[in-house]
Amino acid sequence: MTEILIQLAYLFAAFLFITALRALGRPDSARRGMQLAAFGMAVAIIATLFRAGVVSYEWIVVGAAVGAVAGYPLGMWVPMTAMPQRIALSHAFGALAATLVGIGEYIIGFSGGTLVRSTVAALGLEVLFGGVTVTGSLMAFGKLQGILPGRPLTFRGQNAINALLFAACCGCVVWLIAFPTQVAVFSAMATLAVLLGVLFVLPIGGADMPVVVSLLNSYAGLAAVATGFAIDNNILIIVGALDGLSGLILSIAMSKAMNRSFANVLFGAFGAPITEAPAATAAGGEMSATTVEDAALRLAYAERVIMVPGYGLAVSQAQHQMRELGDLIEKRGGDVRYAIHPVAGRMPGHMNVLLAEAGVPYDKLIDMDEINERFVETDVAIVVGANDVVNPAAHTNPASPIFGMPILKVEDAKSVLVLKRGKGKGFSGVENDLFVDPKTSMLFGDARQSLLDLGLQVKEA
Amino acid sequence: MSTMTIIQLFVFMLAGFVGVQTINRIPPLLHTPLMAATNAISGISLVASLVLAGSGDGVLATVLGTTAVACAMANIVGGFLITDRMLSMFKRTKTAVTDNSKDDASSAATP
Repeated sequence: MTEILIQLAYLFAAFLFITALRALGRPDSARRGMQLAAFGMAVAIIATLFRAGVVSYEWIVVGAAVGAVAGYPLGMWVPMTAMPQRIALSHAFGALAATLVGIGEYIIGFSGGTLVRSTVAALGLEVLFGGVTVTGSLMAFGKLQGILPGRPLTFRGQNAINALLFAACCGCVVWLIAFPTQVAVFSAMATLAVLLGVLFVLPIGGADMPVVVSLLNSYAGLAAVATGFAIDNNILIIVGALDGLSGLILSIAMSKAMNRSFANVLFGAFGAPITEAPAATAAGGEMSATTVEDAALRLAYAERVIMVPGYGLAVSQAQHQMRELGDLIEKRGGDVRYAIHPVAGRMPGHMNVLLAEAGVPYDKLIDMDEINERFVETDVAIVVGANDVVNPAAHTNPASPIFGMPILKVEDAKSVLVLKRGKGKGFSGVENDLFVDPKTSMLFGDARQSLLDLGLQVKEA
Repeated sequence: MSTMTIIQLFVFMLAGFVGVQTINRIPPLLHTPLMAATNAISGISLVASLVLAGSGDGVLATVLGTTAVACAMANIVGGFLITDRMLSMFKRTKTAVTDNSKDDASSAATP
């Protein structure tokens, strides 16, 4: 009877989780939805404590207390700019939990002599996906946090070695299905998986981390699915499937926004300046510099303005200054929107969070597809710290390495103001035709200071 | 392969379809909260960790289980808190709500 009640509690929790993900489809319902999901989580946890297999509670209390104490700062103190590494770290936690459970269940099954093939297959996959995700996520965390160098670390035959390692892991799983009680094989597989995680993320550059973090999200989900199969628990299968697909969908969306195939991100070791472009010759003409006064005057009398924030904005922590400038323009009667490219930040949707934190209402944050229609009727487009995502060569120059990449059509605006530190090239080393366009004026200098100065001038204009 | 496993495969497949349908409806605006949310929800592996930590099946199982409980719990607490913190930042324009919707409608009508 208790067992049935427990299963019903899991069913209820799964319902709440799916409801929460549906609520995430709209910003005004999202928060309530997640609170329901948290309630569902509590229900599932309490139900589990009543399971027949749970006989002692003291270590559960210890573990839960440690976890809660560690989780609080991870939830409340981490700044929004550090969100990508925060997410990477929690993938490592989630995967570590799955891996340890997998190892523990294998040991119990081994000593009890109850290992059967289907369980071992699930446990094997659980430890395989979990192990790769633990070290892979820690490497991603290190790169994003700046502990490890962000550039790709490569050596000869890297992809071959990774492929060999992966094949060896799969071989171990097959071996275990054939001979479930081979502890040595199980240990070897766990070790190889952990090693594979390190080697798999090392060659991937810092700028490609959005794809990697999303993909590791997916692997963590698959590890949870395998756990569900191993211990016959449907809610783990459901949640793992949701998690795994969410990660997969996001990583494919990110690859597309970066104009790269999924395989190219994972095995291409981009980020090293290998694409030093033949397109460098395409851009002709000079950039025309402008002054803060001239630029501010144009902004003050503009009717429609679109802000185009890039990663450079986040680096110089100038989100607040951008929002203040936007507010001042709006106060004078101008209409201000914010154009968000999918890879403007360091993870999917990151720039939206940063601007929301700075106080920009979300109905002013417009996705690429929607905002691109609006540039034509825009008086001034302000590009801050963005380069490749506004480079028209993506549409016009087939020789350019970014040809085909979806971009913000800033070049359609009536005039363009580009805030840029210096005359250097963008992250991919590609010249930008937009910067030498006759209707573009460049305002050189630190983005934060420039936005601040523009705000002061707009106020006085 | 037992009937149980077959049923689980069905559950997996159906959950997968629900996942694709649901997640594709989430706008890019909320993709970061989505990742934080799936992280928090995937803390459900605590359920498996609890069973291991509370099984009383020897020292090794208890140690592994307790560590797993701590990891999963950190994800649950941290994940739900940070998702809520992020979502609380997403606010609509206060005064001009009706203006905006009118504006959006007219610009959509004249592409």
